[in-house]
Amino acid sequence: MGLVEKGRVPKSLATLLNMGRSYSMWVYQWGLACCAIEMGAAFGSPRYDVMRLGIIPLPSSPRQADLVCISGTVTDKMAPAIRRLYEQMPDPKYVISMGSCANCGGPYWDSYSVTKGVDQMIPVDVYVPGCPPRPEALLEGIVLLQERIKSEDMAARWRGDSGDGIAAMVDQPRKGDPVVVNG
Amino acid sequence: MMSERQQLAYIAAKAADARVNVELEAEGMTLNIGPQHPATHGTLRIICRVDGEQIIWADPAPGYMHRGYEKLTEVRTYPQINTLVNRIDWLGSFANEVPFILAGEKLMGIEAPPRAQWIRTVMFELSRIANLSLFLGDMGVQLGAVTPVFLAFRDREYVLNQIEAATGQRFHPNYDRIGGLKEDLPKGWIDETKAAMVKLRHFCDQMEDLVMGNVIFQARTRGIGVIPRDVGLSYGVSGANIRASGVDWDLRRDQESPMAWKHADWKVWTHPDGDSFARYWVRLQEVRESTKIVEQLLSGLPAGSVMAKVPRIIKVPEGEAWVSTENPLGEMGYYVVSRGETGPYRVKIRSASFNNVSIASWLLKGTLIPDVITILASLYFILGDIDR
Amino acid sequence: MGSHLVPTDDLWVRVRTDAWAPAHEVLRDQLQMEYFCFLSAIDWKPSPFGKGEDDPTEPPVERDMTIRAGVAGGDTRFQVFSRVYSVLRHVGITVKADVDDESLSIATIANLYRGANWHERECHEMFGLNFEGHGDLRNLYLPGDFEGYPLRKDFPLLARIVKPWPGIVDVEPMPGEDPVDAEGAGPEGTGEAS
Repeated sequence: MGLVEKGRVPKSLATLLNMGRSYSMWVYQWGLACCAIEMGAAFGSPRYDVMRLGIIPLPSSPRQADLVCISGTVTDKMAPAIRRLYEQMPDPKYVISMGSCANCGGPYWDSYSVTKGVDQMIPVDVYVPGCPPRPEALLEGIVLLQERIKSEDMAARWRGDSGDGIAAMVDQPRKGDPVVVNG
Repeated sequence: MMSERQQLAYIAAKAADARVNVELEAEGMTLNIGPQHPATHGTLRIICRVDGEQIIWADPAPGYMHRGYEKLTEVRTYPQINTLVNRIDWLGSFANEVPFILAGEKLMGIEAPPRAQWIRTVMFELSRIANLSLFLGDMGVQLGAVTPVFLAFRDREYVLNQIEAATGQRFHPNYDRIGGLKEDLPKGWIDETKAAMVKLRHFCDQMEDLVMGNVIFQARTRGIGVIPRDVGLSYGVSGANIRASGVDWDLRRDQESPMAWKHADWKVWTHPDGDSFARYWVRLQEVRESTKIVEQLLSGLPAGSVMAKVPRIIKVPEGEAWVSTENPLGEMGYYVVSRGETGPYRVKIRSASFNNVSIASWLLKGTLIPDVITILASLYFILGDIDR
Repeated sequence: MGSHLVPTDDLWVRVRTDAWAPAHEVLRDQLQMEYFCFLSAIDWKPSPFGKGEDDPTEPPVERDMTIRAGVAGGDTRFQVFSRVYSVLRHVGITVKADVDDESLSIATIANLYRGANWHERECHEMFGLNFEGHGDLRNLYLPGDFEGYPLRKDFPLLARIVKPWPGIVDVEPMPGEDPVDAEGAGPEGTGEAS
């Protein structure tokens, strides 16, 4: 119908839609390395259960996911696959970069085959630092993302109010500065 | 008796079938398994040529997690490399530090005090349990049974809690130092660990019932992916994979080492078939055996300090050393070449999964596609170990 | 076979370059060393970049570039070494051989030990050594368009040249030591010539 994109949705309904969206995200787990185990513990173990936050870690393909959690070292050989994966996801989509390897190259910052951070390929919303971050840290990152989504302006996003830098480079609407999880 | 119309329809269908079969007589399809696939432990890509469901040839293409470890070690100091090396086999991380530290100690001619060696052995076995218990659950999930992996993650938490209590990190502990350990165990750790071991044995019993007792699991793994003894040794397959082919070889028992395995009473498990079921069975028994080793060693822990007298800035004298240990995945070793500086000249990391996966191209010929997943799951590699 | 060195409890044997494959055949058949551990190479030329801790604004540090080989050392820049083991006798041998500087190639042992296949591929892409008779020396780890041989000492780690590591900044106190003594050297500006 195009009401959301044109900004003609009343505020209360927009808030309701945003809340609904943030509590029913499907996470595609792009687990590459050691952080994948902590991500698995956060998403799959009964102790740090992520489903209680409304995030469901079960999509069988990126085309069904709204959130991708990239955890682990990104190598130059793997980077095109990540780009292709990101482009396969339908809008609106969000990216969590988990672990210091995905944030900035991590302990392998001087390696010849490691991409220094996944944000060289795709725009990131939340950075979760740690090596590996505890499952609770990842859950905090998800909660922060949910709060960001609840206060999001969908019309601005669809208009393509992109900033400069990476967002313009990768043709995606940028939603504001990314969040870094503390501690 | 069919009507004429039915007969004509039948003949037409048969002809259509034949036409399709002739068209598809072509070479076979190239199927890419990976690099991102829920069933490979990370980013392994296997390029298979399939004819229907059967594989004509398979070629694993690793390198999607290649981080350049051997080059990085040339520009780092020994303590820095210790941090880095944890992340090769990222499930049982302490086990990666140990051969490297032992090589450093061998070159320096230092022996860590007995308490440190015993605690090192205990942590080594705990990391083995953490690693293999995930395997026990994960093999179920590769075959389609989702429940075992939840149980595995839950019960693994007990072991990770203990590792965290002693070292500060759930995995990647960075606890070992040349000359000993970073610090002593906290108060009450020994009793808690023994309680955790009881829970892990209960977990093993559950896995035995749930997974190994399952008819579907047995039908899918018995006789699949048999590794004969001589082919396995020629490829350099090590660890539980080769013990499941009947080779009675375990570096913990068969090698002179300063670590404390000789002080515990334990058994090496082998299995005569070389199939996927055997590999699962051997690893299950190894987890049980590890819990017993941990309990025995903790009961007899010697007193004393955990760190020998080492200079603050470690300069290792010139020389070369090779140390290998029986890691959870197989034989892992480090060949350290030193020139007398604060960092090594060259470190060759011999990781177990590299050889374990090189056999895949031989093993996967002629198998069916679902069996590929079973075989890879039972070989149990970790991508960081293959690609370093 | 060439020279023969026995340090402490491990055995290193150094062989002539043309005896590389026959030595392995002898080890496999007569000494029952069926288990193939690994195969790799060493580049004995010192790195012109040191540890990547040089300050890029200072003139480049002069380094001693003579090739000095280590234990069971060789005469050429590259040396291959491999290890095989016997699971029955629990003994292993590390075999080393020099690689000819001009041709940079040595015989393959992939027909004797099947595991050597992947190890030789890795050695080829990391050092640029050729293994005669292997037949399939494709890249194993690196992407197809990668230029250069990473593990050679003259291959730079570009991230360290752009932004060098500041050196030892602080040092963790040894257990039992006074934390006051533990102040290490400050950041070093001109790089370590270690």
